[in-house]
Amino acid sequence: MSLLSIERLSLSMHGIQILRDVSLSLEPGRILGLIGESGSGKTMTAFSVTRLLPRGSVLSGKILLAGTDTVTASESRMCALRGDMVGMVFQEPMTALNPLQTIGAQIAETLVLHKALSRRAAEAEARAVLDRVGLPEPEFPLTRYPHELSGGQRQRVVIAMAVACGPKLLIADEPTTALDVTTQAQILKLIRRLVDEDGMAALFITHDLAVVSDIADDVAIMQTGRVVEAGPTDEVFATQSHPYTRALFAASGHQPDRVAEVAPAPLLEVRGARRTYPGARRGLFGHHPPKVAVDDVSFTLHDGESLGLVGESGCGKSTLTRAILGLEPLQGGEIRLAGDRIDAAQGVPGAVRARMQVVFQDPYGSFNPRHKVSRLISEPFHLLDSPPTGADRRRAIDEALEAVGLSSGDAEKYAHEFSGGQRQRLAIARALIIKPALIVLDEAVSALDVRVRARILDLLADLGKAYKLSYLFISHDLHVVRRITDRVLVMQSGRIVEVGETEAVFRAPQHAYTRTLLAAAPHLPETVAGAGADASGGDI
Amino acid sequence: MRGLVLGGLIAAIFTAAALISFLWTPGDVTAVDIANRLKPPGGAYPLGTDHFGRDMVSMVMVGARVSIAVAVVAVGIGMVLGIPLGLTAAARRGGLIDEVIMRSNDLVFAFPALLIAILITAVFGPSALNAIIAIGIFNIPVFARVTRGAALALWSREFILAAQVAGKGRLRISAEHILPNIANTVIVQGTIQFSFGIISEAALSYVGLGAQPPTPSWGRMLAESQTMISFAPHLALVPGLSIVIMVLGLNLMGDGLRDVLDPRLRKRRA
Repeated sequence: MSLLSIERLSLSMHGIQILRDVSLSLEPGRILGLIGESGSGKTMTAFSVTRLLPRGSVLSGKILLAGTDTVTASESRMCALRGDMVGMVFQEPMTALNPLQTIGAQIAETLVLHKALSRRAAEAEARAVLDRVGLPEPEFPLTRYPHELSGGQRQRVVIAMAVACGPKLLIADEPTTALDVTTQAQILKLIRRLVDEDGMAALFITHDLAVVSDIADDVAIMQTGRVVEAGPTDEVFATQSHPYTRALFAASGHQPDRVAEVAPAPLLEVRGARRTYPGARRGLFGHHPPKVAVDDVSFTLHDGESLGLVGESGCGKSTLTRAILGLEPLQGGEIRLAGDRIDAAQGVPGAVRARMQVVFQDPYGSFNPRHKVSRLISEPFHLLDSPPTGADRRRAIDEALEAVGLSSGDAEKYAHEFSGGQRQRLAIARALIIKPALIVLDEAVSALDVRVRARILDLLADLGKAYKLSYLFISHDLHVVRRITDRVLVMQSGRIVEVGETEAVFRAPQHAYTRTLLAAAPHLPETVAGAGADASGGDI
Repeated sequence: MRGLVLGGLIAAIFTAAALISFLWTPGDVTAVDIANRLKPPGGAYPLGTDHFGRDMVSMVMVGARVSIAVAVVAVGIGMVLGIPLGLTAAARRGGLIDEVIMRSNDLVFAFPALLIAILITAVFGPSALNAIIAIGIFNIPVFARVTRGAALALWSREFILAAQVAGKGRLRISAEHILPNIANTVIVQGTIQFSFGIISEAALSYVGLGAQPPTPSWGRMLAESQTMISFAPHLALVPGLSIVIMVLGLNLMGDGLRDVLDPRLRKRRA
């Protein structure tokens, strides 16, 4: 008999239907990957199991967890279940731990609560669990605080808390989305090992098909509150019987149609760039030695080229981006855009700035919530000596909106009226409106769902052709970089460790770090990734 | 929401009473009517009369003028000077200007506000105007701090970065992007400082350093009533309760505004 079986589960919140007739089942020792785009109801399905739902939620159907129906069980019964029978791991390890408590105390807490252990016994048990998740004694004593650990180590602590009581079911909600690829690979391996050792069942929620193909035994694909396809991973991935499944796969492997038209003229030149931050204060007057964020970085981006910059968090790529945009001064070296020097310390003239625009990662934080679209996207006009006015301005706004696939009628709306993908189109329109030569894309598609991402990549490829744009494409996502760039730079702790033609670097990486990155990145089986025509339908 | 309505209603009633008192009051607040002195509440005098026979309703109405005027102007001084200081400090985070502004704030904070107010009125003579200035000065660092804190959180947002990439200067960004987005926080702080202003004015007038006779003010009414509290308790209760109710109303309004203006709550509605 299944450990968890969900039968015809429906959920509505404040009268809005969130889940419709969801049925799933999960066996001990197996991992079920629950895949879907944002808003598909995958997280709410998991929360229904533990009944940690927002106010105003109405559940119907049946959720049998080891014989208990959690739809109808009493609240005190549920409290006993959570933590004991069911462990949960969340996406953001930075906020899942209490910063004022030691990691030992936080793990021991669940043990004291559910197993009625003494403080002493609980701490001994916590020690054992930390060892199991790969945080051994001498280096990681129980007295460590969360801020002393890296993101991946914190996620290990969160996992330790979840498995401390020996739960029968582990729910992991996008547990690796906030982590770097190499860390992600380790955490996935850890979860797999714990499941195998303890014979737990795991519900693994993610939007990333490649991650699922690496870890899950079974998958269920959700779309707008329904399970559209479910079954063993290999089978579902091989047959892709539902059109939505096919669309997801097509979008994941989507290759934008672009031909490089690179002129030999250098557009952006970075020579020996060095950026340091003052060290932390030590005592009253002393300082630790300065921290080097960007260390002697040199590269050239040619006219019409799409150049990728990849690296893990903390490698200095954001700092480098800010220096290129003229927002942070350099301590050494120089940056030139079409021959003109960019130096934040001296101020960058508007005419130079106008040749370079940026699109940021967060489609929600990129716009002043109090301004209308017409004002938002025309902001770069500030850089021009004589910005267009009246009908000319109006025409420029309409043109930019239409170029990114929106309509001129959108000019009078506010940013919150648009979806994430549309907002990213707005951000591109804002970059495009003064016809720059270079657009810096700082993780510009990382926060988007896979189908939306495919369309934005297409849009970027089209615009690159139509407007003769060059791109500096900064990302931690190797697959995306491979599909949209001509050349790629690999950055590690402030240095560029490898440069080359994108295909060549991906096929035959020279530097050890590049090889590590590529090996860690989860990928879909080759046969699957290309299957199905480009059916990335649906509106964004 | 209920708090906002109730608090707003209380504040509106007192403000209306103060405004009406310029045109009309039930009785004359300067005339002495010994025959009707110390009347308990009731009959022709709903709140009784004081030791000169003046109608307490009229006294409260006219007294509200001073209290509200002092609070409004003092909050105004604090906002007009404090907000630009806070915006400047945030725009120059970590720089010399930031340090100078914020350390000066700390210096002002280090003085006990009411004692300095007493000092100012003692040096320049007691008057409502000096009370306003004294209370206003201590509002400046409050607004500067609140503004800086809220603005700092915004400076790391991507739309601010985008504006910088568009070549806009710090001043322009502060005025165009930062200020409208921190208005909520500042307005809520304003209502809190407003109630603080009313209490401060009452305290200064109570010790004789605020509004001068014959202008009635709530604080002075309290002070004058204390010798008669045993046989005419309404003389103390009426101005005392006026202060309490007004401050309570303003605090309710501040809480309510915070809820209404909170962007997270607004997002849920959108």
